[in-house]
Amino acid sequence: MTIDPEMAEIIKVFFQESREGLDAMESGLLGLGAAADSENINTIFRAAHSIKGGSATFGFAEVAAFTHGVETLLDEMRNGVRPVTSEAIQTLLQACDCLREMISAAEAERPLDRDRIAAINGDIKHILGTEAAPAPAAAAPAPSATDAPPQAASLPAGWRIGFQPVANLLRLRNEPTRMFAELKRLGALGVHADDSRLPALEALDPEACYLSWNLELTGQIARLDIDNIFDWLDSGCRLEFTEVGAPDLAPGAQSQSATAVPVFAAAADSAENAAESATKATESATKAAEPKHAMASEPPRSAPAAASPPQKPSGESGSIRVATEKVDAIINLVGELIITQSMLSGFADGVEPEDLDRLRQGLSQLARNTRELQESVMQIRMLPISFAFNRFPRIVHDLSRKLGKKVELKLEGEGTELDKTVLEKISDPLVHLVRNALDHGLETPERRLAAGKGETGTIELGAFHEGGNIIIEVRDDGAGISRAKVLQKARERQLVGPDQELTDEQVDNLIFMPGFSTAEAVSDVSGRGVGMDVVRRNIHDLGGYVQIFSKEGLGSTIRIRLPLTLAILDGQLVRVGKEIYIISLLAIVETIQVSRERLGKLAGRAEVFRLRDEYLPVVKLCELFGVAGESRSTEQGLLVVVEADGKRAGVLVDDLLAQQQVVIKSLESNFKAVAGIAGATILGDGTVALIIDVPDLIRSVAKQRVAAHAA
Amino acid sequence: MSTARATTNRDRTAAEASEQYLTFMLAGEEYGVDILRVQEIKGWDKVTRIPHTPEYILGVINLRGAVVPILDLRRRFGLETIEFGATTVVIVMRVVGAGGERTVGVVVDAVSEVYNVDPADTKPPPDVCGSVDTVFVKALVTMDEKMLILLDIDRLIGSSVDRIASGAAAA
Repeated sequence: MTIDPEMAEIIKVFFQESREGLDAMESGLLGLGAAADSENINTIFRAAHSIKGGSATFGFAEVAAFTHGVETLLDEMRNGVRPVTSEAIQTLLQACDCLREMISAAEAERPLDRDRIAAINGDIKHILGTEAAPAPAAAAPAPSATDAPPQAASLPAGWRIGFQPVANLLRLRNEPTRMFAELKRLGALGVHADDSRLPALEALDPEACYLSWNLELTGQIARLDIDNIFDWLDSGCRLEFTEVGAPDLAPGAQSQSATAVPVFAAAADSAENAAESATKATESATKAAEPKHAMASEPPRSAPAAASPPQKPSGESGSIRVATEKVDAIINLVGELIITQSMLSGFADGVEPEDLDRLRQGLSQLARNTRELQESVMQIRMLPISFAFNRFPRIVHDLSRKLGKKVELKLEGEGTELDKTVLEKISDPLVHLVRNALDHGLETPERRLAAGKGETGTIELGAFHEGGNIIIEVRDDGAGISRAKVLQKARERQLVGPDQELTDEQVDNLIFMPGFSTAEAVSDVSGRGVGMDVVRRNIHDLGGYVQIFSKEGLGSTIRIRLPLTLAILDGQLVRVGKEIYIISLLAIVETIQVSRERLGKLAGRAEVFRLRDEYLPVVKLCELFGVAGESRSTEQGLLVVVEADGKRAGVLVDDLLAQQQVVIKSLESNFKAVAGIAGATILGDGTVALIIDVPDLIRSVAKQRVAAHAA
Repeated sequence: MSTARATTNRDRTAAEASEQYLTFMLAGEEYGVDILRVQEIKGWDKVTRIPHTPEYILGVINLRGAVVPILDLRRRFGLETIEFGATTVVIVMRVVGAGGERTVGVVVDAVSEVYNVDPADTKPPPDVCGSVDTVFVKALVTMDEKMLILLDIDRLIGSSVDRIASGAAAA
């Protein structure tokens, strides 16, 4: 179909919201395993319901049809007609996956995997079909409450619907005739338009909707099905439902039958429940609890209060979607402001003495303001780490089933915030670490019992702030790393010399060695498996580092330290000749005065430095970067000991200057990546300084190519 | 001015089709670049050198918060280098390459004029063209009895930057 750009934008939002809905469904379903509370099922149901409504509106008929099956099952669960079995939950989880696929397919305009859809649909039908027998029994008390689940016995013979839309109905891209067409599918429909509000021609706004309608729908139709059709209306629209030929009204149904209720205030529960769930929906951050579906059978006056607040899912309470580019632009501006401020600070020295105090005062204020502004602007990019953590209940659920292990997942510090970019890039490494912990760390129930531990293992994911960093920990109480086996494996692979003695820490760190982890045999024993080197590489690329603590038999902890943001870096300014470079403080271990006797030359070329019991390769920045002019020789300089990828090196510089936060600018945006340079920044005097890429520097040292550069 | 003379001889459609070029001097020759690509012209200022780059990349400057590379066109063309003087300017241009749009500054001896050039008047460059690599020359055109060398800056800057080994390879 052809879609105009504006529509495409709206559809994009639909995809996005559907995914969020699916996430909510998934976490709800996983929560169901423990206790099947109705609030939870409601949440899941509402999420499914929104997806169905949206997909139908935007013409994704297959998605809508599929979701309908899911919704039917959920609805029966919600009404207590259907027991919540683990089989059903499993099927619903698969349905979530399938829906996610379908939505991705719809977005990418790929063909759908029809076999899979049919298979899961079959499963759902199977569940619905086989246990249909108890349904009538369970539904027996239904007539007392006319809140009408689809299968409930007492349906009215028809509905009279008064529909008075808001004036901007059409601008909101709602098309009444389409709704009527949908209604026609449910039963015979009579439409009477009321044009009494139509103004004189000169006063008429051609885009406004002045009409209202009286609809007569004949047939035994559940209220829910009608609500579905009107689901996407703005909450300002008014709908009046009157049952035609309804049985005697039960107390709970009084309000809904003849009273005008705002569109989405579908009476489906008792008044108390309604109020409660509506408040919960706004208060708690349950994502899918959309206020527009909030049950409210209160009199109309109070109902809009429950139904009208944000149109967005309340999980986003107080949050906004901002284009990253816009935020980046602000960050740039703020960086500029800071530069201006430092320039001004420089001028202060040349002003008349009497002005000086005032100027200084103003400047300190400017400094404070800019700092605050910067902090608040940076906050825009910050997201809670729960965005990354939320995937784990499902992953752990699936994987533990597959591996036959019993696991309890504990999440801690989900509200800890970090930069969106960092968050996105850390998700995959985290998945990897959790999978590893589950696969190789935790033992089977039998082994655990044999080792005198509880049958159920624990994996803990925690996050907290420490200084300007965020620490993420993945802890398990599994078998830990068997150092003997790891060492043996490493010797077999000649990663470690036969006579080389290693500390426990060094042995643990062997699992990060490339080539070590690819061996399937390692996962058989107890070392952690695949791609730990990749995990470490990813974390280093983010400017962080990873540590491992392990106690054999008691479990392991992997600790990741990351900068809160990629936009700012705590830097140490160093001078080499007349040039200034920046080294990330996170990478600096220590700085020492170089003394001659501790320097040695390997093969007369590569210099090494003896630091306590360790020999460090020495990188002479002046030679590596070809710095012109004089640079003091090795014995007079300072050696900055840096670490990355578990390796250390000494970087020889002439002088240490200030430590300061620097705004990272990409060299690539206008130029190109340069070896040994991570980026650039702008200093207080407006000049550009280059940021040294420590991991790259160390890698190049490891490759022994420094000599080639220096030559 | 020359601009006016260049247009009066032609009919309206040609005037509309004509392209404006900013010209600059480099070792006695006059070169032209599409004026729509020129972002600004600024005086020569100190740059920050970047290691592991060819000598024609002088370094990077801070252009209102953006880090912009500066290319010395004399060095790029293998011409004799001169001391930067009062007329030395940096022409900041937007160039389009494989990696998207870049902002790049080019150091030239002096800026000269803005000419309207009718594409019909341009001649393809001869196969041999002195010091300048002919692939960077879009066309030649005669304006006020002078020869203008119209440069294809996308190609010129693109090839200059691409010749530099990327970060990983140079390590």
